[in-house]
Amino acid sequence: MAQIICEDVVLGYEGKVVVKGLNFSVFCGDYLCIVGENGSGKTTLMKALLKLKAPVSGQILTGDGLKSYEIGYLPQQTTVQKDFPASVEEIVLSGCLNRCGWRPFYKKEERQIAEDNMNKLGIGRLAKRCYRELSGGQQQRVLLARALCATRKMLLLDEPVAGLDPVVTVEMYELITRLNKEDGITIIMVSHDITAAVRYASHILHIGYEPLFFGVKADYLNSDVGRSFMAVMGGAVQ
Amino acid sequence: MIDIIDELALYFQYPFVRYAMIVGVLIALCSSLLGVTLVLKHFSFIGDGLSHVAFGAMAVATVLSLTNDMVLILPVTLVSAILLLCSGQNARIKGDAAIAMISVGALAIGYLVMNVFSTSANITGDVCSTLFGSTSILTLTKTEVWLCVGLSVVVIAVFILFYNKIFAVTFDEKFAMATGSKAKIYNLLIAVIIALIIVLAMNLVGALLISALVIFPALSAMRVYKSFKSVVICSAVVSVVCAMLGMLVSTVAGTPVGSTIVVVDMVAFAMFCGIGMFAGGVRA
Ligand SMILES: Nc1ncnc2c1ncn2[C@@H]1O[C@H](COP(=O)(O)OP(=O)(O)OP(=O)(O)O)[C@@H](O)[C@H]1O
Ligand SMILES: [Mg+2]
Repeated sequence: MAQIICEDVVLGYEGKVVVKGLNFSVFCGDYLCIVGENGSGKTTLMKALLKLKAPVSGQILTGDGLKSYEIGYLPQQTTVQKDFPASVEEIVLSGCLNRCGWRPFYKKEERQIAEDNMNKLGIGRLAKRCYRELSGGQQQRVLLARALCATRKMLLLDEPVAGLDPVVTVEMYELITRLNKEDGITIIMVSHDITAAVRYASHILHIGYEPLFFGVKADYLNSDVGRSFMAVMGGAVQ
Repeated sequence: MIDIIDELALYFQYPFVRYAMIVGVLIALCSSLLGVTLVLKHFSFIGDGLSHVAFGAMAVATVLSLTNDMVLILPVTLVSAILLLCSGQNARIKGDAAIAMISVGALAIGYLVMNVFSTSANITGDVCSTLFGSTSILTLTKTEVWLCVGLSVVVIAVFILFYNKIFAVTFDEKFAMATGSKAKIYNLLIAVIIALIIVLAMNLVGALLISALVIFPALSAMRVYKSFKSVVICSAVVSVVCAMLGMLVSTVAGTPVGSTIVVVDMVAFAMFCGIGMFAGGVRA
């Protein structure tokens, strides 16, 4: 049983269709990379998967014991304001909020989860630091740690490496791959970096006005879409 | 020094001074707790905006010659506050622009209604009383004091019980919603208690003081502290201390209470700016 199934999904804003005919399923442990041009609807699809936005038609089903709120999420652009006073610890811990329900305070075990996730992402020693004084890469790690607190099953990452330098970018990809391989977390990632997409992902979804391709990586590399996109993006196949 | 203490002791024998002190401190505490959230959500000017709404509602109430104008003012103000605060981060018109729109609109309607329909209205006086408090803080009745105490207890309890949720919703509403927190409900709750405290405080101490109490302690605390919890605690302490100091000074020096508190808050803000620059920010 798939964790997420999209059936004939059409997405759009105020009657204007952005993508249509989305049919794909994501299984436990998959690493799906969504590629496509600017404005092709990748972020919109993410929002739909998170139930922040209803599809125009079609349905998005969750299965395999995945509740729609058990999805961790790393936004493309954080709506976080520049001058918000918050420590790394407070932000990561806020990822545990969906475990609380109406309970007002965090339990010891939730604080432990937050601490473990900070250590896992190598930001343990930044715990008391102020979020707004961190570098872009460190901030991404903080938000990733928060997303990990919200889920044990699935992570949605919208361009997690945008604005990071090459070294940190590789670190970030390795980190995500580790989460996928070692912890068995399903990854759905939007990326413009087609080279990285084909190196790390197990499946590729290439979207345009109509979805151009969905399937495993090897097939993508042999498809017309894949080949031409690779040629344009200058991606070197490993 | 001894003289001043003696003089204060004398003043404190009067119940109205004690009432003023209690109400002042409680309102300062509540508004500073909520102030941090309001400032971070770009709603610093909500006190001022709502006072204009209250004025508009009052004008309409006067024209309809309602005997108790509160039955109109309270719901209208509450609804405006909820509309403003619950539209959330997705709203087309948000924060300062939304407040400006509502407050200017309400003011215009109020003034218009009064001019067209009413013959004997003391318009300047009415505008003044919504800005500086219809009843002075020194003429509070026992009922008003109890109302204020009750409401403050509710506000503080809600704030503590929902502290983590308020943080999450203020910091990143989208994420909270995406991961299944009932962000809408929490926003509504925050809006309701903010509206309640502002409407109450507006009547007791005036919109000017309320705006100051919302803005200054939060901004002062943010100069120095860098985590949400420490900012909240610091702004509560600053607010209460400043309110007490302001009231003591105004009792002894005979200056207007509201403005004195605002001036003390400004001095505190300047001090915190200094500390912030000097220390380069405390790591906490
Ligand atoms: N809030 C909105 N209201 C109306 N139209 C929108 C809105 N957000 C996005 N769109 C439109 O929907 C289309 C898809 O946007 P989306 O953000 O999903 O693109 P994307 O694939 O994530 O692009 P990028 O690579 O730049 O992040 C765009 O044409 C955009 O103009
Ligand atoms: Mg996008």
